[in-house]
Amino acid sequence: MMEEPRIGVFVCHCGTNIGAYVDVPQVVEYVEGLPNVVHAERNLFTCSEEGISAIKKAIPEYNLNRVIVASCTPRTHEPLFRAACEDAGLNKYLFEFVNIRDQCSWVHMREPEKATEKAKDLVRMGVAKARLLQPLEEIEIEVAPSCLVIGGGVVGISAALNLAEQGFEVHLVEKEKELGGTLLDVHKLFTTNEEASKLVEPLAQKVKDHQKIRTYLSTVVKDVSGFIGSFEATLDHNGTEEKVKIGTIIVAIGAEELKPAGQYGYGKFPNVITQLELEQRMKKGEFDGQNVVMINCVGARIPERTYCSRFCCMTAIKNATLIKESNPASKVWILHRDLMAYGVDFETYYRKSMEQGVRYIRYDLERPPEIIGNGKAEKVKVWHQLMDREIEFPVDMVVLTTPLIPRADNEELSKMLKLPLDEFGFLLEAHLKLMPVEFATDGIYLCGSAKWPIDLSDGVAQAYAAAGKAAVPMTRGYVKPEAITAWVDEERCSGCGICEPLCPFKAIELQYRDSTRVSHITEALCKGCGTCGGACPAGAITMNHFRDVEIMAQIEALVEST
Amino acid sequence: MSNNNFEPVILGFACNWCTYAGADLAGTSRIQYPPNIRMIRVMCSGRVNPSFILKALSLGIDGVFIGGCHPGDCHYLEGNYKARKRIALLQKMLPQVGIEPQRVRLEWVSASEGGRFAEVVSEFVSQIRELGPNPLKEGS
Repeated sequence: MMEEPRIGVFVCHCGTNIGAYVDVPQVVEYVEGLPNVVHAERNLFTCSEEGISAIKKAIPEYNLNRVIVASCTPRTHEPLFRAACEDAGLNKYLFEFVNIRDQCSWVHMREPEKATEKAKDLVRMGVAKARLLQPLEEIEIEVAPSCLVIGGGVVGISAALNLAEQGFEVHLVEKEKELGGTLLDVHKLFTTNEEASKLVEPLAQKVKDHQKIRTYLSTVVKDVSGFIGSFEATLDHNGTEEKVKIGTIIVAIGAEELKPAGQYGYGKFPNVITQLELEQRMKKGEFDGQNVVMINCVGARIPERTYCSRFCCMTAIKNATLIKESNPASKVWILHRDLMAYGVDFETYYRKSMEQGVRYIRYDLERPPEIIGNGKAEKVKVWHQLMDREIEFPVDMVVLTTPLIPRADNEELSKMLKLPLDEFGFLLEAHLKLMPVEFATDGIYLCGSAKWPIDLSDGVAQAYAAAGKAAVPMTRGYVKPEAITAWVDEERCSGCGICEPLCPFKAIELQYRDSTRVSHITEALCKGCGTCGGACPAGAITMNHFRDVEIMAQIEALVEST
Repeated sequence: MSNNNFEPVILGFACNWCTYAGADLAGTSRIQYPPNIRMIRVMCSGRVNPSFILKALSLGIDGVFIGGCHPGDCHYLEGNYKARKRIALLQKMLPQVGIEPQRVRLEWVSASEGGRFAEVVSEFVSQIRELGPNPLKEGS
């Protein structure tokens, strides 16, 4: 069935990183005696050009069909050694990594003898697995050059336009009856004080005029099936369904302002409103107030909602400035817990607001301000930390600065697209630093406040990032996912269905073969976690590259030493 | 029955994304821990079939450690939850075959918790040292 394994083992000194603590020559000598090992050598640095060419030379010379490198960690160096194998004509899945540095020499520096014994054990376990390794072929999945952008706010619009300009077909879905999102309610933008509508309207017009963008208003995404390259989305427009096929998906559904019911008289006094409600009034020219108090961090940075909503300090500063500009005789106070006016522009803007007469008073969460009134807010009391006493002044308008909170749609999309949520219900990217606009699910990208609250400029930057990421597989036209996936031996599968709900990526479905039911795994959807393989009672599921027999062999090899 | 000459043999399973990375970080940070553990890398703690653990224990391995991502952090969304359920069930079953459930330990170690990895491994090694050799080990 399988050709006799011929294993080559390369043990790395890593300079002194391994060599000073693990007796490398002793390990090599030991390895030479292990079954199926036909060649073993040591290198000062296996990852150096010299080391790599040693691997490439040894493969044909000793007719190797398995290669092991015992050195650092597969997390950094596996691609390099796999590539060396491929260059020498060996399938890269016939390579096995043994970690004798990060998890051996570096952590047992004071016990070199024991570290050497451990290194031997680890290599022996690696050899046991390598003997059973199988070559794997990566499938190629075609990627359609089209993208579904969910959310027609300025962030979604920016992503859509960016992709359309690159020549991709874009389907832009907005649940409201016009494009623009939250910005439709915003009066002016910090720090330029330009009207939001001056920005939104031309962008929306550009979308409408663009031949590559199809816009769906008053439409929601009802369902999504498929995988990167060939998703199919079901769109619901007032009860009429339409299906679209796309290669990639960008989620840009934004977030919504928290309505602080019951706090500081909100909902009870008509003159207690939120910042967004203030903006709507200002936009319509309906704002009127001589003594205005803004309270920041209402419902934010509290035990049940610990996050900072990031843009709201600036919103308060902006609206306070605008009130002072239109009516210099008015009085505006901002009661805050800390002011976040980061960067160059924001800090300048904040300083200018003080020059214009906006008053800032810091309050403590332990002693929050109090709104007093009868039928409407009339007075505010606040403990002044610097004066160390309570002060009181009359108000005719109270504006509460509240954070953005996740839309209920986040949870629905999370279930539909199998995307993770954080503790607050925001969508969670694959990696904060290294994959900030991507999900673990291939072909789906994220931008804007659905991830966490951000301001417009950050949102647009993220939109371009997401569009750039989505363009990568669409430009190439195909993706090659890792071949480390699971498969079902239909002869052994009893069709019990235990595996199906275990798969978080919907890769497993039960299918009928004549009258029997079997489990089927779609390779393109499988991410290779092996959770199904860990549960199959019939042993019908094989998790490639981490097969039961391979892991069992590693376990048995460990015991051989004792 | 603690025995001063007893050196426990411990098998570890580490998920590629969190615990394996955390173990690597312990290395880069040069945090020292007892050399009794031998790790097997799997992509997800959900891959660990309870039969692997039973196999190890039946072969006389003194303790089995499984490391996964913290709840909510699983690279595969929920593999760690599956691992948690399976290990809990296995631990209930072990006394029936005469094995202390403490010989199997599931821990969450993130990629940034090199120190925590070293701590939990050290703790586990001393715990197994206290327990003594696996009763299923030949000659014990």
